[in-house]
Amino acid sequence: MIYDTFLFFAGWLPEPVQAISWIVIKITAIIAPLMACVAYFTFAERKVIGYFQTRVGPNRVGPKGWLQPIADAMKLMFKELVVPARSNRYLFLFAPVLSLAPALAAWAVIPFSDTLVLANIDAGLLYILALTSMGVYGVILAGWASNSKYAFLGAMRSAAQIVAYEIAMGFALVGVLMVAGSLNLHQIVTRQSGGFWEWYWLPLLPLMLVYFISGVAETNRAPFDVAEGESEIVAGFHVEYSGMGFAVFFLAEYANIILIGALMVLMFFGGWLPPVEIAPFTLLPGLFWFGIKTFIVCFLFLWLRATFPRYRYDQIMRLGWKVLIPVTLVWIVVIGLGKFYTPIGFIFS
Amino acid sequence: MVSKLQQLYKTFSLQELRKGMGVTGRQFFSKKTTIMYPEEKTPKSPRFRGLHALRRYPNGEERCIACKLCEAVCPALAITIDSEEREDGTRRTTRYDIDLFKCIYCGFCEEACPVDSVVLTDIHEFHMEENKERLVDKRRLLEIGDKYEADIAAARKQDAPYR
Repeated sequence: MIYDTFLFFAGWLPEPVQAISWIVIKITAIIAPLMACVAYFTFAERKVIGYFQTRVGPNRVGPKGWLQPIADAMKLMFKELVVPARSNRYLFLFAPVLSLAPALAAWAVIPFSDTLVLANIDAGLLYILALTSMGVYGVILAGWASNSKYAFLGAMRSAAQIVAYEIAMGFALVGVLMVAGSLNLHQIVTRQSGGFWEWYWLPLLPLMLVYFISGVAETNRAPFDVAEGESEIVAGFHVEYSGMGFAVFFLAEYANIILIGALMVLMFFGGWLPPVEIAPFTLLPGLFWFGIKTFIVCFLFLWLRATFPRYRYDQIMRLGWKVLIPVTLVWIVVIGLGKFYTPIGFIFS
Repeated sequence: MVSKLQQLYKTFSLQELRKGMGVTGRQFFSKKTTIMYPEEKTPKSPRFRGLHALRRYPNGEERCIACKLCEAVCPALAITIDSEEREDGTRRTTRYDIDLFKCIYCGFCEEACPVDSVVLTDIHEFHMEENKERLVDKRRLLEIGDKYEADIAAARKQDAPYR
């Protein structure tokens, strides 16, 4: 129906122009709400952290502070973009783009509801894994191009951390695809239909925890935020960025957090499926369930940040290599054996 | 062996983490302690040491007799006093400047003053737009004293038993 309306307005255009503008419209339809979500997630973060610390958070700009993210965005847009002397100018300006692009591109394969997906491809999970690992290049480039020791230290730490946790994350997803028997995100979700107790969080509980913890580490969030470490290296890799350059890194970080939340929901919490498959719950749109579940996972990110102190660097490495990776490996073997060689294999499918 | 298993269970059930999150989770719903500053303010002690003022006697005569004890005691050398004999034969200040940038708000001037002339009021919300405004002269100080005399006297009276 929307496509018909589009054809009504754009039908006179030549064929290739039509195709391209239709793609652009679809991209905008995902990016624009996502950007709004990111903006208000920063607001939610400040509010929620405030509530955890028994204060009220920002409440001055607009009614109850609701215009705060807009004020922040305006401020950052009008600030000067300072390029440090003797930095690598092109890489310096290119790094934020390289950081944001994969964070946004990954959303192309996320099914928001049963029918709402930009590209329902068979290797969806693989695509996500490939793109989220691209994000680290932006971080490394930013740290190197800045020509600043703090930025460089931050970039090194962040790269080592992301590489370490990428592996545990990948293994956790291997568990998911063993159980679901598919890399297609739509199929992974539909395999989980049947209500709360049929979702994959239960048979894959250890993998779910590992995935969540790696997700927190992957996005450089507290308690794994040594890459930013305010008290040691100021802001880490983006210490030399100001104005829009800084804002783009910020957008990328928060888009990634929401992405991890969305993936968590798709893989372990039944995506757009309602928790109970009876009348009042099934009537609500899938987008609503998807949104509310993603919000809960994102809230957990904030809760973690409000609760735990920062890990020491060697502790992060120990947790990643010596705890999370062995746990995932063991559970993958358990799934494999359990699924094919025991009578209770049905719980793993 | 059993204790080791218990330890293992504790680690993998994330018991400590859940406990910690419980603590912060309770705080999330607790009453917020924020004070909405311009609308709400915290109570101030009568001993609060803020902006300076020069007081007068009830008959309108200025208290300061230019003894320069405050100038002498001031650890930051923020006070500058010049004095002369007035027509009626009493010694009065012709100049009484306080440099608000030098002042450390220790309150020694108020303690040193034998006639309770120079005082520190509880005004703390003042600002300057130009550098030269940091020098507060006698006229301004007397103005502040006149304007807030009631508050100043009340605060002194409240604190008197403990001085």
